[in-house]
Formats: sequence, C-alpha cells, structure tokens
Amino acid sequence: MEAETVHITPYRTYAWVLITLLAFTFLTITVTWINLSALTVLVALAIATIKAGIVLTYFMHLKFESSLFRIFVVGVLAIYVLVIIFTMSDYLFR
Amino acid sequence: MEHRDDIGAKLGMWVFIFTEILLFGGLFLVYTVMRGRYAADFHSAAHHLNAFIGTINTLVLLISSATVAMSITAVQKGHNKFAVLLLFITLVCAAIFMVNKYFEWGHKFQIGLYPGSDLMLTMNHGQVMFFSLYFFMTGLHMFHLVVGGIILTIVMVKVNSGAINSTRYVLLENGGLYWHLVDLIWIFLFPLLYLIT
Amino acid sequence: MTEEKTHHPEPSYLVNTGKYKGLMSWLTSTDHKRIGLMYMYAMMVFFIVGVLLGEIMRLELFRPGQQFYGPQMYNGLFTLHGIIMIFTVVIPGLAAVFGNFSMPIMIGAKDVAFPRLNLFSFYLYIIGAGIALTSQFMGNGPPDTGWTFYAPYSIQTHTNVVAAVFGAFVLGFSSILTGLNFIVTMHRMRAPGMTFFKMPLFPWSLYATAWIQVLATPIVGITLLMVIAERWLRIGFFDPSLGGDPVLYQHLFWIYSHPAVYIMILPAMGVITEIIPTFAQRKVFGYRAIAVSSLAIALVGYFVWAHHMYTSGMSPTARWIFSLLTFLVAVPSAIKVFNWVTTMYRGSIDMKPPFLFALGFIFLFMIGGMTGLTLGALATNIHVHDTAYVVAHFHYIVFGGVGFAFFAAIHYWYPKMYGRMYNFKRANWAFGFLFIGFNLLYFPQFIIGIMGMPRRYFDYLPQFTLGMQLSFFGGILLLIGIILMITNLFSKKGAIAPANPWGGRTYEWTVPSPPPVENFEVMPVMGEDEEPYDYK
Ligand code: HEM
Ligand SMILES: [Cu+2]
Repeated sequence: MEAETVHITPYRTYAWVLITLLAFTFLTITVTWINLSALTVLVALAIATIKAGIVLTYFMHLKFESSLFRIFVVGVLAIYVLVIIFTMSDYLFR
Repeated sequence: MEHRDDIGAKLGMWVFIFTEILLFGGLFLVYTVMRGRYAADFHSAAHHLNAFIGTINTLVLLISSATVAMSITAVQKGHNKFAVLLLFITLVCAAIFMVNKYFEWGHKFQIGLYPGSDLMLTMNHGQVMFFSLYFFMTGLHMFHLVVGGIILTIVMVKVNSGAINSTRYVLLENGGLYWHLVDLIWIFLFPLLYLIT
Repeated sequence: MTEEKTHHPEPSYLVNTGKYKGLMSWLTSTDHKRIGLMYMYAMMVFFIVGVLLGEIMRLELFRPGQQFYGPQMYNGLFTLHGIIMIFTVVIPGLAAVFGNFSMPIMIGAKDVAFPRLNLFSFYLYIIGAGIALTSQFMGNGPPDTGWTFYAPYSIQTHTNVVAAVFGAFVLGFSSILTGLNFIVTMHRMRAPGMTFFKMPLFPWSLYATAWIQVLATPIVGITLLMVIAERWLRIGFFDPSLGGDPVLYQHLFWIYSHPAVYIMILPAMGVITEIIPTFAQRKVFGYRAIAVSSLAIALVGYFVWAHHMYTSGMSPTARWIFSLLTFLVAVPSAIKVFNWVTTMYRGSIDMKPPFLFALGFIFLFMIGGMTGLTLGALATNIHVHDTAYVVAHFHYIVFGGVGFAFFAAIHYWYPKMYGRMYNFKRANWAFGFLFIGFNLLYFPQFIIGIMGMPRRYFDYLPQFTLGMQLSFFGGILLLIGIILMITNLFSKKGAIAPANPWGGRTYEWTVPSPPPVENFEVMPVMGEDEEPYDYK
C-alpha cells in the first residue's frame, strides 16, 4: 500500500491533553454545585461533548488519520443524533 | 508473502467502535426518554449515587487513557520497556476502577438496592427507571472495561516479547482505540448518572 | 510458486488442497467462496424448514374453525416461521452468500479483508440459529410472540422467549461482523484503478448494506438484551407497571428492523442490477444514480422506522413526520426500477433463466413497493394495519423481492460456483410454478386483508374461505416450483461451464469456472478508460 508518513505524537502533547481533560472534569463537577436548574443537563452534556471531542482528536488520533475516518465519525454521530431527535418527536408531542 | 494492511485493520477497528457506540446508543436513548418523563425523580435518585467514587473513577480512566496513548509513542520510538510500564499503569488503573465499582455496587446491594429487589419495587416509577438504567449502563460499561483489560494484557505481553515493535504496532493502536472507547462512554455516563443532582 | 503457474492452472477452490479432507476442509476454510457456499447450504436448509412451517399454517387455514391443531400451536408456528425466515434466511441472505462468493472477485481482490473473521461470522450464524431453534424444545414451550418480540407480552409470556431472543442477538453479531468485513474490503482491496465510481453495482449495494448492518444491528442487540434483563431482573424499561413504556420497545425494535428490510432488499437490487445489463447486453443506464440511490436508501431508510407504529399511540406529530419520510424513501427505490427498465429498452434481450427470475423480481417488487406506500400513508394504514394485507405486502417484498432475487442470483452465478451448467428448460418450468404459485398464494391475501381478515389468527370468518383456499393451492404450486428448482440445480451434474457463459463484463467472468483459490492468476488493473459495464 501507499507509504504512510508515521506521525509520532510527543509525550508532552498527551500530558497537556490529560491536564485539559482533568480541568474539564473539575469544571463539570463545580458547575453542579451552582444551581442552574434546567441548564444543568445541557451544561453537563456540553462539557462531556467537549471532552469526548478531545479524546477522539488526540487520544484516538483522528487528527492524524486520513479525513475518511473523520467523515465516518461525524456521519455516525450525526445519524445517532437524528435518531434521538426523531424518537423525541414522539415523546415530546404526546 | 503475507498481506498486511494497517490502515485496513484500523478502519475495521473504527467500524467496530461505531457498532459499540450504537450499542450504548440504544441505552442512551432509553435514558433520554425516561429522563424526559421523570426529570424530578432522576434528580432525587441521583443523590443516592456516590459522586466521590464516580469522580475518582473518572480521573482514573482519564489517566489510563493517557498512558495507553503514550505507550504508542513509546513503541514508535522503540522504547518497548517504557511502553510496557505505561500499559501496566493502564491496567492498574483499570483494576482501581473495578475495585471502586465493587464497593459502590456492593454497598447498594447491601441496602437491598438492585434490579428486581423489594426495595426497588417500592420506589416510585422514575426512581426505578433511574436505578435500572444505572445498573444496566454501568454494568455493560464494566463488561467492556474487562474486555478492554484483557485485550491490553495480551498487547502488553506482545510488546514485552517484541512481537509488537516500532515497525508493526497496529494491534497496540487498535487495543488503544478500544480502551479510549471505554473512556469515551464513561465521559457521558459520569455526568448523566452522578452529577445531575 | 512463480513462473510455472502459467502452464499449470491453479487448482479450483473446490479441490481440497489443505491438510484436511472432506467436510473438515470446508469447515476450516477461510476462502470467501467456500464460506459463501456454506452459508448457502445452511440457508437452504432453513428456508425449506421455514417453507414447510408456512405450508403447515396454510393447511390449518384451509377451512374456518379448528382443523388439525389449536391456536397456541399456530402462534408458535408463525413465530418460528418468522424467526427462521427473517433472521436466518433473508437478513444474512444475499450478502452472506453472494456477497461472499462474488464481491471480492468483482472488485479484483483475492479474498475479503479479514478472512478468519469471516469464518467466525459463519460460525456465529450457525450458533445463533442453533440457539434460536433450541427455544422450540426447551423451557416452557415454543415462543409465541411473533418474530417481533413485542413488549409487554414478550416479558410476560411463560414460553421460552429468552432463548429465541438470545439466538437473534448472536445472529445480529454475525451480521455486524460481515458488514464490517465488507466495508473494509471495499475500501482497501479494490483493484488498482477501480475508483468507487467504477466499482460494479452489486458491490455498491453491499457497501450500503454493510453500513446498515453495522449501524442498525447494535440497536436491536441492546434491545434484545433489555428484554432478557426485563424477564430476569425486572428492570422495567418496557413494563408499564414499573413506569416503563412498551412503545419504547417498538421504537427500539423498529429502529433496527426497518433498516433490516433494506439489509435484505439492497443486495437483491444489486444482483438485479448485474443481471439486467448482462442479458440485455447494454451498458447499465444511470450508473451513478443507481450507486448513489443505494446509499440514499440506506440513509433515509434509517429514519422511517415508526411507520410500523401508527396505531400504537404515538404522537400525531411523529406520525406525520414518519409518513412523510416513508414517502421520501420510495423515491430512490423507484429510481432503480426506472433505470432497470431503461437499461432493457432496445437491448438485445436474451431470455435465460437468470433474466427471467430478474423480471419476476421487478414485477413482484413493484407490487410489494406500491402496497408498501398504501401502508406508509397514515390514513390508509389505520385501516389495513395488522391485517392479511400486511402479510401479503411483506411476502411480496421478502419473498417476491428478496427470494426471487436470490433465485436469480443462484441461476446467474451457479456456473461460476460449480463450473457446471444446469438445465434451462427445467429452470424455466420451475420459474413458472414459482411465479404463478406465488401470486396465487399472496394476492388473495391483499383482498381478504382489505375485507378485514386480521393477521396472526388461526381461525377466520366464512367469507374469507375462498381467498384462503386459493392461497393454499398457490402454496402447493410454489412448493412444487421450489422442489423443481432445487432438484434441477443440485441433483445431477450438467455440462461443463465456460468461464463466461452469459457474456458478462465484470471481473468474475474473466476468471475460470470454478475460480482458483486466490481468484486471479494475474491481479487485474482497471485502465483509465475502462468501466464496469462497457457493453456498447
Ligand atoms: C411457501 C412459502 C411461505 C408460506 C406458505 C408462508 C406462509 C405464512 C403464513 C401463513 C404466515 C402467517 C400469517 C398470519 O397468520 O399472520 C406467515 C407469516 C410470516 N412469514 Fe411467511 N410464508 C412463506 C414464505 C416466507 C418467506 C420466504 C419469508 C421471508 C423471507 C416469510 C416471512 C414471514 C414473516 C416475517 C411472517 C410474520 C410472522 C409473524 O407474524 O410474526 N414467509 N407466512
Ligand atoms: Cu418499515
């Protein structure tokens, strides 16, 4: 097959990624101490999504793979979100 | 000559990860529907979970993910010894996670809180749903964690013997991908179950 | 293995060269062609069992009132019939058999990407089918829920539902792994020069199918696990007495099971798209439209599931949304039919058995598809939901569509599989019996369905007698057709088949019949100006 250029991520990058992830974890916990009522879930989900994005990009190397992989990931997640939305078109309007 | 295609192998792993995401996706869908119905009960039931243990487990999993990712760098650079150490740390993290879970679940069982228990049948509907989801989701997650642990053990042995080395390490990458998936799912489980109080 | 190869042709894949002989050499083979054939044999056995179960139901329905057995047995029969036909015959169906046998050759590959995983899928298939069948003989009697396992009945009945559900779960796993294998194969192993838009259309349809297998099957997998947990642990997700919602089960089940009908039908459409240009000796009309419509069907088909639930108490908003989407998904299907017909137009048509079966497919699939639209339309659905009309509709799709495409595919690739021809005249007779028998069996069901005959009933009112008896005789004709076809294909050896008996232009016709173990002696390369269907 084609000669792929191997990308070696330095340890340092991973260390920074870990620190960022830990910081977001801390953030999500502190947020629950403040009462945001209806927003709580949204904020928690938003932070979780950011964390997941970081894991996908760096730990799972999406940043360095061919764009095909990224397209697939985005496509699959989009399909899943649509499934939730269409299901909720039942539950929210009953 | 044997046929070798690392990108193909990785593509296969990713497709497998998609199926896993949708497997959990079914449960998250149930969660969404039930939470929509019983928001107040979910909030009150979440108080019964031990957010402290949950937090520790989150940290442990994040660290283990980082060490797996680093072990790939180590192998790429030819530092197999260091890679083995990193993988070992990962497995230790997995063990800590399991021990924590053991205490967490153990406590719940002790007070009679488990699916189908008398206590659960006396609770109101929303709380039943919450705890059923809690046990089902964390249980399935734990199962994946154990599988991931087994895979990484095999990988570690192979790194140690040199079967995985700086010229062929796709197995390590795939094992790592699987491990990150376990982490990824926990990233969502943690706030949705422990933090929405 | 170097120069000599050109002088001594490689042995065919049917010759045992490994360390095992006989059956073992098949059961341990990772050759995609052998795995395809093993699926085919297993599937034929299941199919015949399923057909016999169907006939036994028809026998009971010959007259109103109880004839031979009671309602509980009828419930068990349609459940087993449905499980066998859906999960072990049509869902693996053409993808497992002909996808395995032909697809790697058609894209110019030696095998699939993960041959051992492929064999593993086959074993999962056998194990899953085995588990599903044991449900008949263990526990408290055969399951009686129908193949849909609807909650809350499936969590209340005392029959042996868990085994059947777990069998279906394992079968789903097998399907996922096949899909995964095919996706990677088509991404990584196409012949040099064969871009995605130069790939033949049967592989294209398999590609779309594979994505559905990978993305939809896990949902039913987890749902089936929930049913088991519901029965063993009372988790209550679908149990109203614990605050659960049975309609949620229906959502989860159909999120998979509607796309599953595309898992069945897309490869069928793919096969037809191979057969029509070959026997019309014309370039396929609208290559890109057909390729893209496969993907479009897969994608839109993912979001129409709730058209099975109009009467289940869903919100009105969801009902019209899903009705609308259902109409949308008909568009790409219609594009395909249009393209097939246009391909035939002014072609030099050669009426050989594969083509005949393909025509049969188009006719029956059109009836199935049109009646599907009446079911997809909210207003009419309310009247015919859960009647014999539905039974007729889905048999026209799964049997008239998938089944006839399967028969077409066997008659098309049979010479390649075995290096032998079969008797055309008998094949045509078999087609005649199958086609007439099929229509006689199922068309009356449309009519008595509209008249009000409910589905899954072992008894009926006298006014349905004529329809039921016509169906019975249709069933007999159909059975004769099946026997004729199978004996024609498998009872005695025909003349030796050339490499390219039909004048096809895809790669499988460039290799000997039967192909050598690694398919190609010289790996093919697709030139700049070459195309998959360059007839005229
Ligand atoms: C000779 C062939 C066949 C006959 C005589 C036959 C007959 C029947 C009958 C009598 C029923 C029950 C209808 C009811 O009472 O509601 C039924 C249901 C069904 N059949 Fe067939 N059938 C045949 C072939 C097939 C094939 C090839 C497939 C699929 C590939 C299939 C799939 C189904 C399914 C999914 C059901 C629904 C079961 C349920 O309600 O749970 N059948 N069939
Ligand atoms: Cu449907």
